[in-house]
Amino acid sequence: MRLDHPDDRGRFGDYGGAFAPETLMPALKELEEAFVAAWADDAFHAELDALLEHYVGRPTPVYHAGRLSEELGIDLYLKREDLAHTGAHKINNTVAQGLLTKRMGKNRVIAETGAGQHGVATATACALFGLDCVVYMGEKDIERQALNVYRMRLLGTEVIPVTTGTGTLKDAVSAALRDWVASVETTHYIIGSVVGPHPFPWMVREFQKVIGEELRSQLDGSPHAPTPDVIVAPVGGGSNAMGIFYSYAGDDGVRLVGVEAAGLGIATGKHGASLGEGSPGVLHGSMTYMLQDDHGQVLEAHSISAGLDYPGVGPEHAHFKDDGLVEYFSVTDDDAVAAFHRLSRTEGIIPALESAHGLAWIIANAEHLEGSVVVLNLSGRGDKDVQQVAALHD
Amino acid sequence: MTDNGRLQLAEMFEEAREQNRAVLLPYLTAGIPDVGTSIEIFAAMAAAGADGFEVGIPYTDPLMDGPVIMEAGEMAIRSGVTVDVALEVVTAIVTETGKPVLVMTYVNPVLRHGIDTFFAKVRAAGAAGVIIADLPADEATPFMAAAETSGLGFVLFAAPTTDDDRLAGVIDADPAFVYAIAEIGVTGERTDASSNVARLAERIRRLSDVPIVFGVGISTPDHVASAARHGDGIIVGSGIVRRVLEAGSPAGAASDVGAFVGELVTATKRG
Repeated sequence: MRLDHPDDRGRFGDYGGAFAPETLMPALKELEEAFVAAWADDAFHAELDALLEHYVGRPTPVYHAGRLSEELGIDLYLKREDLAHTGAHKINNTVAQGLLTKRMGKNRVIAETGAGQHGVATATACALFGLDCVVYMGEKDIERQALNVYRMRLLGTEVIPVTTGTGTLKDAVSAALRDWVASVETTHYIIGSVVGPHPFPWMVREFQKVIGEELRSQLDGSPHAPTPDVIVAPVGGGSNAMGIFYSYAGDDGVRLVGVEAAGLGIATGKHGASLGEGSPGVLHGSMTYMLQDDHGQVLEAHSISAGLDYPGVGPEHAHFKDDGLVEYFSVTDDDAVAAFHRLSRTEGIIPALESAHGLAWIIANAEHLEGSVVVLNLSGRGDKDVQQVAALHD
Repeated sequence: MTDNGRLQLAEMFEEAREQNRAVLLPYLTAGIPDVGTSIEIFAAMAAAGADGFEVGIPYTDPLMDGPVIMEAGEMAIRSGVTVDVALEVVTAIVTETGKPVLVMTYVNPVLRHGIDTFFAKVRAAGAAGVIIADLPADEATPFMAAAETSGLGFVLFAAPTTDDDRLAGVIDADPAFVYAIAEIGVTGERTDASSNVARLAERIRRLSDVPIVFGVGISTPDHVASAARHGDGIIVGSGIVRRVLEAGSPAGAASDVGAFVGELVTATKRG
């Protein structure tokens, strides 16, 4: 069952909660109280809505991908989060959390980033609100996302390379949490997905659910706006997917499909399919599906897409999986890259590699979907991935 | 000696109170730099007067730890220190020194074992208590029940940021001792003695006479002397782990750390 909010221990069914060092617990309570008060305050909504419209560029369009629809024999629509300011859905959350940071009277922000999209979106919100900003980024991601590193620095943010562990998103989250343990009195942690200890998964979902709510009014069953049969979104931590799924979850007429990274192939063990191949445990403060060994050590994820290269997933997705509200599948690096090229050539839209995973699932299942109205959450644009894809062909 | 871990810890605190000093509980990650040497180092620390130990079971994403203990944890995991190997180290320390040992880890390795299985194994290994760095009182109920069943002491945290309501919740849960976090931040050595210890101890003392053990950022005899005035015990971690990581040889590690612990023990005496 879809829950409006987690229970008083921050749980979505068996998942979620707050497993954090005691030093952080008061800040998590403070954040929950600040969020609840802001979310019930018309003035906060008015300020946020104005920013979403005039600064972020919402509502984002829904585009009927005509050529690709014809090739695939389906009716394919793209929810164009790639056209939001900074080029991905991440800005919905960072603008809202930036406003909340000001309300809490904090003047410093920290964040983690994988592909760099959340880092750029946080750096942007901090420039907008005049907040000091530090972004933690794995050294491996810094290498493959040089463009976004430079964008963050242009925006006045300090980017700190994380060399511990696997040097990717997992370690960036851990490093940001460690910073927060030390800086909690003056600093807010703008977490980038529906992960982390309560209240983050709930709050970030509330800030991202605008995607699905817009889609409902855009594809409302009127002429040229058929209601969706299937909605597909990529899942790393799961914020864009939660954003587009949430208002449809439990709606019998709509099939929801989350697509994780199968990396080099599930059988190789080098993947990011936390829901498909993981097991319940605690990662980064919440109970969820995660990739771990028999001893409870966190395993390294793998994906060509830095945003999906994460061994955990938001706890509400874990709940949706167990409850059967959403189906989760996975797609390999190779199929995602093929979809990246195909959308670029057929529609003139270069997608983020994350979003290309969703499209690759649609392409692979087009026969079964024949005649259906399929919506892909085009969560981000692919400029950041161009160099990496080009390198594959050298 | 009692066969209940919680009572063992209580006796340790009682004896030190009678002697007007705080207990010293050095921390070292199990199996650092290797299993055999780590047991020798614990023995050297016991010979230098340590009252008991915290033995770290390494975890890949230790959110409460700074760079030194993280590095030790990564090294231990690479060299195959699992929960079972760490518990073999615990058994060897208990056998060799007779001192109470607390196991320190993070919540996921415990969950992966199963809470009840984990606690039963820890007690069977001879440990007296368990500390889980990312387990706040709010989530602790099933862990505390398993600790009680197994005859182990369970520890909860209080931080300088912990407000009065939360502090009352920690005291009500009746931990074997309160791990009072002396510095807002992760584990690691600091230059100055904590300015938080007096205030935090006073706030806990207003509610209970539960033993208070200070940890995080305590790394010199001066820090220990300052904390000993306000608490029943002191945990020193990074200062010890760094000496082990920097030592040129196993024998050197044991003698360096033994000498350092001797200085810390001297500083635990009040007045």
